[in-house]
Amino acid sequence: MRYMILIYADPANEPAWGTPAFDAWVAGYGSLNAKLAADGIPASGSGLQGVGTATSVRLRGGKVETMDGPFAETKEHLGGYYVIDVPDLDAALRYAALVPSAAFGTVEVRPVVENTVV
Amino acid sequence: MRQDRGRLLAALIARLRDFQLAEEALQEALESALVHWGRAGLPASPQGWLLKVALRKAIDRIRSTARGTRKSADLALLARDEADDTEPDRIPDDRLRLIFTCCHPALDPKSRVALTLRTLGGLTTGEIARAFLDAEPTMGQRLSRAKAKIAAARIPFVVPGPEDWADRLNSVLTVIYLIFNAGYSVGPIAGRDLCTEAIFLARLLLQLAPDQPEVEGALALLLLTQARAGARTGPDGQTLPPTRQDRSLWNRAALDEGLALLDRAIARRAPGPFQLKAAIAALHSADTPPDWPQIAALYARLHDLEPTPVIALNHAVALAESGQLAQALAQVQALCPQLDGYQPFHATRADFLARSGDSTSARSEYLRAIALAGSEADRTFLQARLTGLE
Repeated sequence: MRYMILIYADPANEPAWGTPAFDAWVAGYGSLNAKLAADGIPASGSGLQGVGTATSVRLRGGKVETMDGPFAETKEHLGGYYVIDVPDLDAALRYAALVPSAAFGTVEVRPVVENTVV
Repeated sequence: MRQDRGRLLAALIARLRDFQLAEEALQEALESALVHWGRAGLPASPQGWLLKVALRKAIDRIRSTARGTRKSADLALLARDEADDTEPDRIPDDRLRLIFTCCHPALDPKSRVALTLRTLGGLTTGEIARAFLDAEPTMGQRLSRAKAKIAAARIPFVVPGPEDWADRLNSVLTVIYLIFNAGYSVGPIAGRDLCTEAIFLARLLLQLAPDQPEVEGALALLLLTQARAGARTGPDGQTLPPTRQDRSLWNRAALDEGLALLDRAIARRAPGPFQLKAAIAALHSADTPPDWPQIAALYARLHDLEPTPVIALNHAVALAESGQLAQALAQVQALCPQLDGYQPFHATRADFLARSGDSTSARSEYLRAIALAGSEADRTFLQARLTGLE
């Protein structure tokens, strides 16, 4: 079963570039990716650029409204995601707990609806 | 019958992987048992009969509704189980898996409690709703949401492995303890006593997972607390601390069983929060005055494992009773931001202030505690203490 791991964090709490904490944070993602590969877990995902780059779109009365900014203005932003294919929620939660940003942010795990595009 | 129901439900969920379907199928099987057994007499193996009929009902439901996208291979497997001549002693006991699933941390804590009482305790939705002062439809929705999440998020129906065991067991024991506390604070409602339910569940867990010191500790804690329940209020309705209770009202058998369980647990040399809480309860039940320095030491260890403000408050009480009033008062003052509005916090602070000779501050703290008191017994107790200040 596929699960999406959504990584939320307040950018203010992320380790600063060039510090040892930053290196450890990046290395944490490296070892999670290596573990997923070593365990043979089908996985995909990406980090996202900052919410300053986000654009939201909605259709109202047949008219496209385009707005600067993310879906909701919150302190914690969606910063990246994984989609992993594992047998059950326990397995998904074990990988989710290895996401380095869980140390200062929140990682949400959601099962994917199978056989759909959206 | 209650044991049988939980066991049958667990066996059905293990095969069907669907709480709702398992419950409906078992209900149907019980209904046909009434008709069939009345006519043909009791079958050689009632449990085996019920399991088989319930599986058949479930298969019928799956076929007729084409529920979800269940593979035909699954159905074939179920049909094979259904065709099997199951003897009652050959129904494997899947209740340990069931209790771990019901108490899974991915479920909301209140839903864990409700689902455990529903599936393992066999309480009806209405009974659970009444025990938690909820409307029945609200509780029904809570239960459906929990069952739907188990299915949709695929919460596994397994006993956790060694790497997760301690945390997950603690989650199960916490659910049982919450059930007990709910029963302890409200008393029996409509003939159902949640304290009895919690003790039933703890005994069941001990039977399914024997030799686990934390399970022994949790059952000991419930029994030691329950043993004193009959003596906890005085003749005028006020709450009495163990030292002032009439010990002839204590349930000696429950006390002895609790103490023996605690001894067994401690001998395994793997301490945990429930054993520490049981040890504290045991010291409160001793025939001699309580050993407060020992109680304070146990609370300090408990606070290392569970650093909550309520445990820090209890630690302070034990310190004060051991003669370390100044340290206790300082510790309590520091808890104000976290515990402001919590009745026992204000009652404790009032008591410490009164003992340090500050009766003006003690008075205002007692008034605050009385305003927050949840029961008449607590109000009477606090009012007496306030009057005693004069």
